[in-house]
Amino acid sequence: MSENEIKKTALNEGENNTKETENYSLNDDRRVKVLSPGALVAKRFFRNRLAVTGMVILIFMFLFSFVGGLVSPYGQDQKFYRYDVQTKDYAGIIHNEDLRYVAKDADLFKSSVQAQAFLNIQRGNSSFSYGGNDYTIEKINDDFYVFYAYGEIVGIGSRELVNSSDNSTLSFDMTYDSLMAKAKGEKKYTSDGVEYNMGEDGVVTDASNNEVAYVSQYIVRPIMSDVFFTREFKDQLIEAVEAGKESFEFKDENGQDAEYILKFNPATKQWDVKQHIETRVFDTYSFPSKEHWLGTDRNGMDMLTRLMYGGRISLIIGFVAVAIESIIGVIMGGIAGYFGGWVDGVIMRLVDIFYCIPSMPLFIILGAAMDADNVPPMTRMMYLMLILGFLGWAGTARLVRGQILSLREQEFMTATEAGGIAVSRRIFRHLIPNVMPQLIVVMTMGLGSTIITEATLSFLGLGVRFPFASWGNIINDVNDTFVLTNYWFIWIPAGVLLLVTVLAFNIVGDGLRDAFDPKMKR
Amino acid sequence: MRKYIIKRLIQSLIILFFVSFIIYALMRCLPTSYVEAMARQKSMQPGSKSYEEWLAQLSAMYNMDGSIISGFFQWLGQMLRGEFGDSWKWTVPVLEKFHDTVWLSFVMGFISFVLEIIIAIPLGVIAATKQYSKTDYAISVIALAGISLPTFFFASLLKLVFSVKLGWFDLYGLVGRSYNLLSPMGQLMDKANHLVLPIITLVVISMGGLMRYTRTNMLEVLSADYIRTARAKGLSERKVIYHHAFRNTLIPIVTIIGGSLPGLFSGALITETLFGIPGIGFASYHSMVSGDIPFSMFFMVFTAILTLLGNLIADILYAVVDPRVRIA
Repeated sequence: MSENEIKKTALNEGENNTKETENYSLNDDRRVKVLSPGALVAKRFFRNRLAVTGMVILIFMFLFSFVGGLVSPYGQDQKFYRYDVQTKDYAGIIHNEDLRYVAKDADLFKSSVQAQAFLNIQRGNSSFSYGGNDYTIEKINDDFYVFYAYGEIVGIGSRELVNSSDNSTLSFDMTYDSLMAKAKGEKKYTSDGVEYNMGEDGVVTDASNNEVAYVSQYIVRPIMSDVFFTREFKDQLIEAVEAGKESFEFKDENGQDAEYILKFNPATKQWDVKQHIETRVFDTYSFPSKEHWLGTDRNGMDMLTRLMYGGRISLIIGFVAVAIESIIGVIMGGIAGYFGGWVDGVIMRLVDIFYCIPSMPLFIILGAAMDADNVPPMTRMMYLMLILGFLGWAGTARLVRGQILSLREQEFMTATEAGGIAVSRRIFRHLIPNVMPQLIVVMTMGLGSTIITEATLSFLGLGVRFPFASWGNIINDVNDTFVLTNYWFIWIPAGVLLLVTVLAFNIVGDGLRDAFDPKMKR
Repeated sequence: MRKYIIKRLIQSLIILFFVSFIIYALMRCLPTSYVEAMARQKSMQPGSKSYEEWLAQLSAMYNMDGSIISGFFQWLGQMLRGEFGDSWKWTVPVLEKFHDTVWLSFVMGFISFVLEIIIAIPLGVIAATKQYSKTDYAISVIALAGISLPTFFFASLLKLVFSVKLGWFDLYGLVGRSYNLLSPMGQLMDKANHLVLPIITLVVISMGGLMRYTRTNMLEVLSADYIRTARAKGLSERKVIYHHAFRNTLIPIVTIIGGSLPGLFSGALITETLFGIPGIGFASYHSMVSGDIPFSMFFMVFTAILTLLGNLIADILYAVVDPRVRIA
């Protein structure tokens, strides 16, 4: 029966009494307001204002942790994103001012011959001889020359370049024919027996209108090797360069909108192109706002929601660990206290041993070992509860034993013995319920300290692990000095919740202790 | 009395025996992959022994090949001879590292312990004499808050306020940047300056318990019959409280204080780690996290001894201080 119910029944009884008092005979029990021991305890408890405050805080924390998670529009590990403008070097464009040579016959049109050819073009000669061979220069226009030797074409020199659309190498004939077509303004031409169309802007398409190459005086090269420029992008880029624009916008084939900034670099005679792109990034460490009342954490998750789920885990771990230690403690303490003698001796030495085991170092070593073994976070949490519970039972056992030692000498125990009640029933039905008051106090206080231990371990990164949240591992971020300094909303709320919850558990435990104590006069 | 002490001593030794057995068994139960991975990591460090040498040393030290029982006795023998092996993390003998760090921890612990007593006992007495007053409530809440404060949170708050916002103290470490340029006096002051925040943390975290303990005991004494007698014969309230009541309150307090003295040597694991104070708590934390088995084993046994010693001192003091306690 909860304290509230007890109080309610006590009140009802009171009302009935005032109404019907005159109908009862003088020695009728109902004339007197009767309160059960439980009701008395509740009355004393609720008169303690501090304890009631603690109780209210605890109820709030439970609602916050267990209902809050359901009310919150966000999930425990839902990540949020924001758009961030990133600028990166994207491309470089060079306007080709030099003659570029393409050799058909590599032996007859070596680079030394190319140099000679350039010299002779400068001088306006139409033929020259070099290395024992005679060459003829045919000028198609200012930007395009063809070189012959022994009546055959050996190479070409051009300021315009033929680039294939798929970055493959083009055959010499294809290059030659394309340049020729461009120079002569032909709309259609054939090369290697295939028909091509030449567009006005230098785009070469095949019969089925697929782009195969283009002719242009500009060289566009990407900064990153994995980027491939589309024809459209290059056109836009060249147009922008020719128009002397500083920036333009372009939507690529994925629909990604980006702004491009052009800047001429006189040292390299190249236009550097920078891409301004909006990318989706995790919304990390954003300050409190309407959407996220307490901002977002390192992983771009909503802080308030994390706190709710963290509270759930912290409280559950606390409860399970305390339940384990109470069960072991009550059984061990009950047996030791009831039987006494050598059983008592053995169990109490066991209690001494467990008292002595340094728990914090042990937790840390086990945590580190679990780290090295890559134990999954869920299993880790289970182990944590078990270990916390298993190492904490000694205190409970000592308390239960002490109480039972004094209780078993009392008359009601002699009565149970005379009544022939079984031993286990005598311990667990008649002795243990009498220990409950002290046990409840110790358990309430124990919850507080277990939550702190769990939080400390999680804070050190050895307890509850991501993706699960716990108040301890939320504060963990403070190990990063930058977070400590700049992002109060990451760690202060979690710390305050932790402090307030543990404080409330201690206050309520204190209040219960006072309320259970019949010597208390108030 | 002597018989009692000897009996308790023998009991403690037996408990210590079993505790060290549990510690040893736990170490043996660590997954071998973990031990091997740690040994491999150590061997990667420049100038370190080879992987096989590390493992061989470990096996020799803890008799990994033998059964748990025989291994335990061998290890126990080594321990009794004072051989704790070499620390993996710090690459010096365990005892040397212990010697280097323990005194700093003790000094820090001792200062905060003295401060704790100076603050907590008077406040506890005041709270008890003015039971149910506003002062009492305030002191009780402060004490409970101290108990409920997670060390790491309080330390972080202190750092934010005093190191980051006010800039009075450094965030980490025992010595400042210009330590080597200072005079010996300046060096001492520099160290003292770096110890301020850790000591505040320790005092605030630990004083709550003592405060409540004092209050409870004082209340108990104040309701005793001889206090009523003292008041009845017309003694001033001052004299009643500070002469008659307080001296009787001191009995349990002295006991608990004596019992916590050995604990000062075990250092403050969390506080030292957070503030980067190279005491034994800091050293053992880093040893444990990086899988330094020799040092961790030593530290656990050492802590167990300190706990037992604390209990022993408390029990003996209790019998010595309180003339009403007679031990057969």
